[in-house]
Amino acid sequence: MTSIKKIRGVISLSWPLLLSGCGLIVLSPPGDVASQQGRLVIASTLLMLLIIVPVIVLILVFAWRYRQSNTEAVYTPDWDHSIQLELVIWAAPLLVVIALGALTWIGTHTLDPYRPLTRIDGQRSVPMDTRPLRIEVVALDWKWLFIYPDQGIAVVNELAAPVDVPIVFKITSSTVMNSFYVPALAGQIYAMPGMETTLHAVVNHPGDYEGFSANYSGAGFSHMRFTFRGVSDSDFERWVKTVKAGGNALGRGDYLQLERPSEREPVRRYAAVAPDLYDAIVNRCVEPGKLCIRDMMALDEQRGLGLATIRNANKLEFAGVCTASNPSGKPLTLVDRN
Amino acid sequence: MFDNPELAKLLFGRLTWEAIPYHEPILLVTFVVVAIVGLVILGALTYFRAWGPLWRDWVTSIDHKKIGVMYVVLGLVMLLRGFADAIMMRAQQAIAFGDSIGYLSPHHYDQIFTAHGVIMIFFVAMPLVTGLMNFVVPLQIGARDVAFPFLNNFSFWMTVCGAGLLMMSLFVGEFARTGWLAYPPLSGLAASPDVGVDYYIWSLQVAGIGTLLSGVNLIVTIVKMRAPGMGLMQMPVFTWTALCTNVLIVVAFPVLTAVLALLALDRYVGTNFFTNDLGGNPMIYVNLIWIWGHPEVYILILPAFGIFSEVVSTFCGKKLFGYASMVYATVVITILSYLVWLHHFFTMGSGASVNSFFGITTMVISIPTGAKIFNWLFTMYRGRIRFEVPMLWTIGFMITFVIGGMTGVLLAVPPADFVLHNSLFLIAHFHNVIIGGVLFGLMAGISYWFPKAFGYKLDPFWGKCSFWFWLVGFYFAFMPLYVLGLMGVTRRVSHFDDPSLQIWFQFAAFGAVLIALGIGSFIVQLVVSFTRRESLRDITGDPWNGRTLEWSTPSPPPVYNFAFTPRIHDRDAWYDMKRHGYVRPLEGFIPIHMPKNTAAGFVLAVLSAICAFALIWHMWLVASIFFVVVIVAAIVHTFNYQRDLHIPAAEVIRTEAARTQLLSTHV
Repeated sequence: MTSIKKIRGVISLSWPLLLSGCGLIVLSPPGDVASQQGRLVIASTLLMLLIIVPVIVLILVFAWRYRQSNTEAVYTPDWDHSIQLELVIWAAPLLVVIALGALTWIGTHTLDPYRPLTRIDGQRSVPMDTRPLRIEVVALDWKWLFIYPDQGIAVVNELAAPVDVPIVFKITSSTVMNSFYVPALAGQIYAMPGMETTLHAVVNHPGDYEGFSANYSGAGFSHMRFTFRGVSDSDFERWVKTVKAGGNALGRGDYLQLERPSEREPVRRYAAVAPDLYDAIVNRCVEPGKLCIRDMMALDEQRGLGLATIRNANKLEFAGVCTASNPSGKPLTLVDRN
Repeated sequence: MFDNPELAKLLFGRLTWEAIPYHEPILLVTFVVVAIVGLVILGALTYFRAWGPLWRDWVTSIDHKKIGVMYVVLGLVMLLRGFADAIMMRAQQAIAFGDSIGYLSPHHYDQIFTAHGVIMIFFVAMPLVTGLMNFVVPLQIGARDVAFPFLNNFSFWMTVCGAGLLMMSLFVGEFARTGWLAYPPLSGLAASPDVGVDYYIWSLQVAGIGTLLSGVNLIVTIVKMRAPGMGLMQMPVFTWTALCTNVLIVVAFPVLTAVLALLALDRYVGTNFFTNDLGGNPMIYVNLIWIWGHPEVYILILPAFGIFSEVVSTFCGKKLFGYASMVYATVVITILSYLVWLHHFFTMGSGASVNSFFGITTMVISIPTGAKIFNWLFTMYRGRIRFEVPMLWTIGFMITFVIGGMTGVLLAVPPADFVLHNSLFLIAHFHNVIIGGVLFGLMAGISYWFPKAFGYKLDPFWGKCSFWFWLVGFYFAFMPLYVLGLMGVTRRVSHFDDPSLQIWFQFAAFGAVLIALGIGSFIVQLVVSFTRRESLRDITGDPWNGRTLEWSTPSPPPVYNFAFTPRIHDRDAWYDMKRHGYVRPLEGFIPIHMPKNTAAGFVLAVLSAICAFALIWHMWLVASIFFVVVIVAAIVHTFNYQRDLHIPAAEVIRTEAARTQLLSTHV
């Protein structure tokens, strides 16, 4: 009994090593979320193999046994129905799907990228007072911009995070759709212009891991890659200090410059970021004078203020609307297009 | 004329000499080869004085059998183009590592993978499926043609013109660089201002009309034109799957037409359905296109399931096991295929409950599909299996498809999809089901029904070569992609930095070469079978000891298919007739009323294609003129009252007597 346990222990311990040795990072990643997802891949596969393997074996056995030259095999040309068998052939896949469906329902909810983490890894849960590291991700043509709002810094094509600290990513894109994916860390989620998605993740082992866009986005897509660095707390603080010491700031004008299509961008570091830059990117109003999506939606909510707007489409200044970014309802300042 | 830029712009829109890709050596060589082959074909047609027969017997033909054959020819020709794209991608990915950037620029590579997907789905799989349904369904239900023979011809030529427009993008302008579903905002005007996406939109719109009309046509044929005695539950399974597929076509294709029309409006008149600004929402496009796109894969796979059902039953010499559950499984799949589209973008960030719902509905589809696999399995059980080529494809399918089905269900688990979405694992999965399911099915169907269409069997040796090359080639080409997907490698990448991946891509490229040999063997098979056609001749019309009505006709069947409409008493109608000592009627023939050939379908399709071409290049004047001309031509055609062809009794007697004589000499 103990020897079986020992063997099982060895297998379960060596399994990830074996897989990572083959470079199968999806099945043995160093981040807890990705690693739960990887285990779900394996569990679902094993569950389905319960039915797939016998089927394949039966296909081969029947094909061989009932070949034409084997006249010893029973031949029943008119046998075409059996209630018992039909029950089995509908019930067997049904049972697997019920099991897999339960796994799916639970797995999808516990591993929902929007759900704050409850555990750091298999052994440790997230302490009550933990504040996750906030990172804002912007997919640009064709590079990645990472803004650390709490640290007040921004980096292009480089991402660092301390080990065992929950991270929450807010993700958007500047022009076309991309997908933010660090296989070592957690599953991907789309980066879409004018929209924001969220991803919670944690990295458990220090190291340099690959991140990239997993959704084709045009000519420079193949090289839209960055390094994700899992580092210790102290190294992370040192890294933030180095970035801050760099001196450059990322203002709205610099962002508009950076946003232009370019390929194989080197790492760039910004010691300071315009405070509302990310918010403006999501609302597509970094350019001065452009109406933010949020305000446009507020206008729409009030039915675009009726005929007056149509007649005065380019004089929207009089529209004093209460919005989230304009709580006092003071007139919006818009560029008069005349 | 070119001196006047205003006039040139009015006539030619944005089409200039710049659009011809002289600077791309690959395209230039391709063009020269295509031109030479084209000239040889034109020369041969002239030399053999084949223009007249080609026009009278094929182009203007409304005979469902000839249209079916032409669809299959279109599918096979386009398979060569689609496969050329595939092997170029495999070659690029096998060499583009580190300092080597490969031989394709991203500009070219991105067009190739887009074209590969579009061609393989719309212009290979669809024509082959439609072609087989067109050829087989009327014969299986004891009908003389489809319900709307002219519409059938028109549908075919619309499909050809769609394919033609796409092919034209190779040498005039360029094709889309967006991926085969052309997601905005990438396919919007801001990110793709050139003609590529417009070629995409209009070739699919033109071909889509053809597909939709052929769907309507076949539904009406199956519902209204079955021989007396053939209730719905007596229909052959292939006809059942054809019915379900065409229902799917009729419900799904209008969604594609609508979504592409909205995209076209965004690009042509400045609306904001799918733009980033002014209230547009690109994700609506993603939803809509998959509401078409997911049923589309069932449109392709259901007829393949039908083919396997016919083949298994015939070559096991046994009734199909569980006919009723097969039919119900097909209908269940048809309905469920509309409830799963969101599984193509779990990663868009819908909530966990939405994702779980669509994940579980997807898994539920595997229940009827699994039941089908078991049905084929138990048809083999206690049968007498003849391993002719169609049966080999079927066994290859069963084993390959369950693996593809398993990885598909795996991808339906949302958290698993988060780590595998858009990876090469996904690519491996859908090639696993589309090659292992659809293509194997079509190859089985082609080798199964070929003698019916041409009167001689295909050479089995080269057929087996083709099968084994395809099967082994498939595993070599796509199993490495599963591994690469688990290594976190994503799709549509034209250059890699990590050298450890290269070996897997080289395996995959080797697999593609094996598949090339499989395609080559198939072509050799066609040639060898033609030269050996006398020894492969099918005299009886029933070369496989078949079970369904098409095998009761001569090979090839006469224009009118059945001199007398057969009366059906059992599910396997022809097997039942043979068992009860069916005797062919030898007298009492009467004149047969058939539809008459017409050039209207061809003319309308070509006019539509010109209109579409003009729209692609913004030739507003030409487009408006041809749009009006298409409408006028369609109205003029409605005044064509010469639509009847009466085959006199004497000719029927002559045809049937010739067959009687042939049968008596070969007892």
